[in-house]
Amino acid sequence: MRGIAVPMDSTSPTATEPSRALVPVLLFAALALAPLLGAFGAERYVLALLTRCAIFAIAALGLDLALGCGGLVSFGHAAFIGIGGYAAGILTANGIDDGILLLFVALAASGLFALATGAISLKTRGVHFIMITLAFGQMAYFVANSLKAYGGDDGLTLANRASFFGHDLLADNRAFYYLSLAMLLAVYLFARAVLRSRFGRVLRGAKENETRMAAIGFNPYPFRLTAYVISGMMAGVAGFLLAEQSEFVSPAFMTWQRSGDLIIMVMLGGMASLDGAILGAVFVVLTEELLSGFTEHWRVIFGPFLVLVVLFARGGLLGILTGRRHG
Amino acid sequence: MAEPLLALDRVTKSFGALRVTDEVSLDISKGELHALIGPNGAGKTSLINQLSGSFASDSGRIVFDGEDVTDLPMHARARRGLVRSFQVTSILPRFTALENVALAAQSRFGSSARFFGNAARESRLNEGAMEALAELGLAERAHRFAGTLSHGEKRRLELAIALALQPKLLLLDEPMAGAGASESEALVGTLSALKGGCTILLVEHDMQAVFALADRISVLVNGGVIATGTPDEVRSDAQVRSAYLGEAG
Ligand SMILES: Nc1ncnc2c1ncn2[C@@H]1O[C@H](COP(=O)(O)OP(=O)(O)OP(=O)(O)O)[C@@H](O)[C@H]1O
Ligand SMILES: [Mg+2]
Repeated sequence: MRGIAVPMDSTSPTATEPSRALVPVLLFAALALAPLLGAFGAERYVLALLTRCAIFAIAALGLDLALGCGGLVSFGHAAFIGIGGYAAGILTANGIDDGILLLFVALAASGLFALATGAISLKTRGVHFIMITLAFGQMAYFVANSLKAYGGDDGLTLANRASFFGHDLLADNRAFYYLSLAMLLAVYLFARAVLRSRFGRVLRGAKENETRMAAIGFNPYPFRLTAYVISGMMAGVAGFLLAEQSEFVSPAFMTWQRSGDLIIMVMLGGMASLDGAILGAVFVVLTEELLSGFTEHWRVIFGPFLVLVVLFARGGLLGILTGRRHG
Repeated sequence: MAEPLLALDRVTKSFGALRVTDEVSLDISKGELHALIGPNGAGKTSLINQLSGSFASDSGRIVFDGEDVTDLPMHARARRGLVRSFQVTSILPRFTALENVALAAQSRFGSSARFFGNAARESRLNEGAMEALAELGLAERAHRFAGTLSHGEKRRLELAIALALQPKLLLLDEPMAGAGASESEALVGTLSALKGGCTILLVEHDMQAVFALADRISVLVNGGVIATGTPDEVRSDAQVRSAYLGEAG
């Protein structure tokens, strides 16, 4: 039983910091070195898979901010990925392919959608919130399906990847990967700063005890809405990268299954830890890749595994790795 | 007479057929310590809930500091200085004791729309919080997770959070419930030190504490106020004796 061997200072939050602080360092070091695996052949494949990991880690980080830290179980986060992707796709189709501009539009579009849908969804709590975010996600999915001018349900192929300051930086797969990884790092550092800030403290407090927070004068609503918008924008960045990487965007970006996958990444990795979201995203992307080689019903195998982790390791993968129950 | 800090006008609330608050009209003047006593289930907590905005009354008005707050939610009332503590401890168990109180300080200092900077290290917030903790003998516990504190310490933390808000009116729902004899004594000391500086509505079963501290006492039975007056007036009130104090001996 791990529970008995609790160190004397487990009541004090600073005591276990040093070992925990190593986790993100190791995580990012591993991601930075992972392309070396390409040296054994199939470099293109390895880089593509790693890039996918980094991209979904960005989206999972975004969801962890809303779900893990804010307690907002959004079941429609794939919509933001789709919106970020379509922002890139539609502009490229119209001859605009400046990376900075595309990224800016992807951020603005996903942020606005989060603001509008969050303002309504956050009036509800619990299961209602899950259902209404699912409904908004499906709405976005059907709108994308109906975009006849941009491929409808077939999707839209990007003629070329975005350029940065006139350079086609993204043409090289290795450069693309390291750009994605740099963005992941930026998003991660931003999320950590936000969680530690005055704003983040109120957000976390409202998840833990809403009544207490109201009793000291905090209305959780604006804090949750802001977190939801930031969260949606992070998923929007992921969508932009995903469309650029695959040079393709389609309604499949925003299915409810994809939204479910994001929730799984966050829960499996260990909620509210940020590191866990990255870990969970990498794990799910790699597992999907591995299992879908055998069967398209990979979720049938994956499902029971997930249940086991959630039942027996409340801190998720991160909890298992660090020997602590973080949940 | 000066305008009361808090005025209740026929405040009424029912749960189904049960009338938990029955046309309660009550004035609390600035600076007084007003005790609210009554048997279990009399509706004391229900009244505090309506005053603090935890739930709405069916009818009646609540005026605080010259403003009608009847329709304001809890957080808006807290911002105006109408602050409560809970009979059943309500804290943030996975935040440190210091952070629990520092959040109150953060609420009082306005801006929480700050996305950078480590809030836990802000001395401006922590200094006030440490003062409130020290006042309640919790200074040594500041860096413990609130959830790991003893029952008595949690009760005191609850009070420290309320104090850090520097309220105009403090609604205390049985702050001594479950406290040991020495802890109760210390709390009476803390409350009498607060007296005068801050107006207090105190719900308490500990009659010794109530009669030692209160300027005025109201007696609530079956949701209705049956008497209001100085401790001496209430002690000698025949109706109160038979309805409440009499039972207790
Ligand atoms: N949410 C609720 N729904 C239904 N009935 C309730 C609710 N809250 C309180 N009551 C009932 O209202 C009555 C008054 O309860 P309240 O908690 O206000 O009493 P109290 O005076 O604070 O008692 P105590 O001294 O035990 O704390 C009780 O009969 C209680 O069962
Ligand atoms: Mg009560």
